[in-house]
Amino acid sequence: MSNIQQLEDLTTQVRRDILRMVHKVNSGHPGGSLGCAEFFVCLYNEIMETKDGFDMDGIGEDLFFLSNGHISPVFYSVLARTGYFPVEELNTFRLIDSRLQGHPTTHEGLPGIRIASGSLGQGMSVAIGAAETKKLNNDNHLIYSLHGDGELQEGQNWEAIMYAAGNKIDNLISTIDLNGQQIDGSTDTVLPMGNIKAKFEAFGWTVVEIEDGNNIEAILEGMQNAKSLTGNGKPVCVLLKTVMGNGVDFMMHTHAWHGKAPNDEQLATGLAQNEETLGDY
Amino acid sequence: MKTYTNTGNKDTRSGFGAGLTELGQTNENVVALCADLTGSLKMDDFKANHPERFFQVGIAEANMIGMAAGMTIGGKIPFTGTFANFSTGRVYDQIRQSVAYSHKNVKICASHAGVTLGEDGATHQILEDIGLMKMLPGMTVINTCDYNQTKAATLAIAKHDGPVYLRFGRPKVPNFTPENGKFEIGKAVKLTDGNDVTIVATGHLVWEALEAAKVLNDNGISAEVINIHTIKPLDDKAILDSVSKTGCVVTAEEHNYLGGLGESVARVLAQHNPTPQEFVATKDTFGESGTPAQLMDKYGLNSSAIQEAAKKVLKRK
Repeated sequence: MSNIQQLEDLTTQVRRDILRMVHKVNSGHPGGSLGCAEFFVCLYNEIMETKDGFDMDGIGEDLFFLSNGHISPVFYSVLARTGYFPVEELNTFRLIDSRLQGHPTTHEGLPGIRIASGSLGQGMSVAIGAAETKKLNNDNHLIYSLHGDGELQEGQNWEAIMYAAGNKIDNLISTIDLNGQQIDGSTDTVLPMGNIKAKFEAFGWTVVEIEDGNNIEAILEGMQNAKSLTGNGKPVCVLLKTVMGNGVDFMMHTHAWHGKAPNDEQLATGLAQNEETLGDY
Repeated sequence: MKTYTNTGNKDTRSGFGAGLTELGQTNENVVALCADLTGSLKMDDFKANHPERFFQVGIAEANMIGMAAGMTIGGKIPFTGTFANFSTGRVYDQIRQSVAYSHKNVKICASHAGVTLGEDGATHQILEDIGLMKMLPGMTVINTCDYNQTKAATLAIAKHDGPVYLRFGRPKVPNFTPENGKFEIGKAVKLTDGNDVTIVATGHLVWEALEAAKVLNDNGISAEVINIHTIKPLDDKAILDSVSKTGCVVTAEEHNYLGGLGESVARVLAQHNPTPQEFVATKDTFGESGTPAQLMDKYGLNSSAIQEAAKKVLKRK
């Protein structure tokens, strides 16, 4: 069990990793990655029960599926820093012959990845399938998934949301990153989705809200609460309110850094706001 | 000339259902998913015998494909069932990313392929599915010709590690391949020996090719009929061996000539042994309502169309 300061330090280092990764290749998605840094750190260090090493079937451990694959920088950083692959490999992000593709994939055999994602809206179905297999295998571990809020505009999600409630997929915790932003602007201006909490509840899910999704204690409390609500005949949705670009002041509260890399000066500013804790790769 | 006996007309989809029933008894990792077409896909027996391994997803094919991909994680072998149209075009991106690119061991089982779906018309008669599926890296594409072969293929793909597209149909057609015959993925089956023309056929057109070969034989033309049940990976050697003897080829399929078996054969020939070829296939068109026999006739997908194509290609040698 890590203490809060250790998790904060890891989060700071993850932010540095994200900034350096996207800066080096002048591409990638820092905004959503930064917004979910605390969530990934908590998930992989405190919330999920995982085995040492990696095998695709993941029997006897909790599994995680990233549906909004464009926030691969935070996924890769946290996987590397929790031991799935060498931290130095973050240097290869988006480069030719790398296992760290722009969007996550199983194709290059990167440990920790169980499905390709990037084309949006597919991850919840995959997570439900994995949850059904857990039940068939009498494996009482949980399935976690993460989705963007803008991603909910993809219709496949609502097929999956309907199935999960109708079939009592109660070993699933699907988290929605509610940052209110997408490529073309705020979610409310691009395609208003109304009350997402009410929608999930209307479909028959249990909803847990984490009001400050960039606060480690709030995330831990909310996710522990979500875990306690599994096994009751309903899927669990966590609405995680985050700030896109969190931790780098000029990237916060805007969609501008959804898919744009910082230049040299901006990188220096961002890194100065997040001083090295565990050591850069 | 070797001849084949129709042991009684049967639908290929029932061969799939029989294969799935057997898999239910012999392989506990096999699970089945269906998008509100359980009866049409002949999945009722599996559902009745193994309700815990049958997943009714409703009219939600995208979710079905994604779920199937997820179910492989932990060792299950998912068989999805719906019409060919809804098994491919409707869910192409889900198959591409969650199944093919992710190397998931999903068996996409597609009934009612082609115009022989009949009266429902063109909305349901996909003639592009072979092309869609064969273009996906790592996807195996199989189109079976009769009940027995469809059952054998269903059993065989459960043992194959990787994504498979299995295409079959609705109408009752002659059942002539051996009962409990061996099915080797990627291995063509030579049905008749001939010297003048090679007929490479798949699916419902295989029986039509045999019928055509009989008539051609009566007219002094010796046709070698090859049953290509696996369009990808294609048995290049079987095709090249035959064509090196006959010097011309007719390909026959219930599919658009763009993107189908014919183009796969043409690619092999262009690369290794350029050979005159004629295409029995639909010519970049949608289907329409009608009986299967009427449609096969109107769209040039029967024995007489194959005979005409054979005579035409012989003149080009």
